[in-house]
Amino acid sequence: MARIIVITSGKGGVGKTTTAAAMAMGLAQRGHRTVVIDFDVGLRNLDLIMGCERRVVYDFVNVINGEANLNQALIRDKRCDNLYVLPASQTRDKDALTKEGVGKVLEDLGQGHDYVVCDSPAGIEHGATMAMYYADDAVVVTNPEVSSVRDSDRMLGILSSKSRRAESNAEPIREFLLLTRYSGERVERGEMLSVDDVQEILSLNLLGVIPESQAVLNASNAGVPVILDHDSEAGQAYGDMVARYLGDDVPMRFINSAKKGFFSRIFGG
Amino acid sequence: MGLLDYFRAGRPKGSAAVAKERLQILVAHDRRVRGRPSYLPKLQQEILAVIRKYVEVDMNAVSVNYEQEADQEILELNIVLPEQAERA
Repeated sequence: MARIIVITSGKGGVGKTTTAAAMAMGLAQRGHRTVVIDFDVGLRNLDLIMGCERRVVYDFVNVINGEANLNQALIRDKRCDNLYVLPASQTRDKDALTKEGVGKVLEDLGQGHDYVVCDSPAGIEHGATMAMYYADDAVVVTNPEVSSVRDSDRMLGILSSKSRRAESNAEPIREFLLLTRYSGERVERGEMLSVDDVQEILSLNLLGVIPESQAVLNASNAGVPVILDHDSEAGQAYGDMVARYLGDDVPMRFINSAKKGFFSRIFGG
Repeated sequence: MGLLDYFRAGRPKGSAAVAKERLQILVAHDRRVRGRPSYLPKLQQEILAVIRKYVEVDMNAVSVNYEQEADQEILELNIVLPEQAERA
């Protein structure tokens, strides 16, 4: 059976889809057979971030409704043979995702894959609860900002009560924190919550810190998961995150601002 | 921060410290509320209705408090009866 990972956050615009794309690509590149599913029915975006938007024929809802089979709907990534994308439907309403339907698709995907990455929509509505229901692991994507941190805490409550694992009294979902859009410089100036601050409030296992980076926008413009941009800090940080998820002991990078010279140390700025 | 910053008078504290303080209070409150069973408001109403059969008490006279500790849940009821003089 594949391990099911949900990328969730509560608040929108914090980097869930960027993270889902990067994590799926990272796992696949390390040789794991991986599928990434877009749960944002009605507002699909994962296909754009993955750069396969023009190859979408059938989608997640088609498969649930039996209008297409999985092999017809799965899009193989052109850069990595181990990676498939299951796009969301753009037209149907959100209730098209039924608990039974989603469960059946995840079970079928579990047969031939090692990891299923679920890109959750923002909020705590139906689509988001469906994305997390079957999860084994959850990555809670958080910005160092008050509303994002609060919403993340809210998501933790839902993860621990409204999932299959919670309902069946199984071992609880493993929850990880991923801090994105981090600026070590602003933290040093006391303008932004630090990694330690956020961890102290949420007390979660830290999976990674992704620095604020122009590379993320460049990557989404081009439809290339940012983890493939090995020259960028964000790409490297996502690489570290995947390694940590797989159990490697990798030190956190890009937390502190760039080294300062002698004069700026004395005079500040 | 540069060395000279330590000597600059009246440098305002960064906003991150304020954010952290607000969040700690808020998250603690959210968590307390979240753990409460959903029947609590109805329970409060019904208890109040029973009491009002016998004593004329105010709507706010019954407070129901729910707390969760390590391995026990505490349901605390607090009923304020009116002063002797006000009784019918």
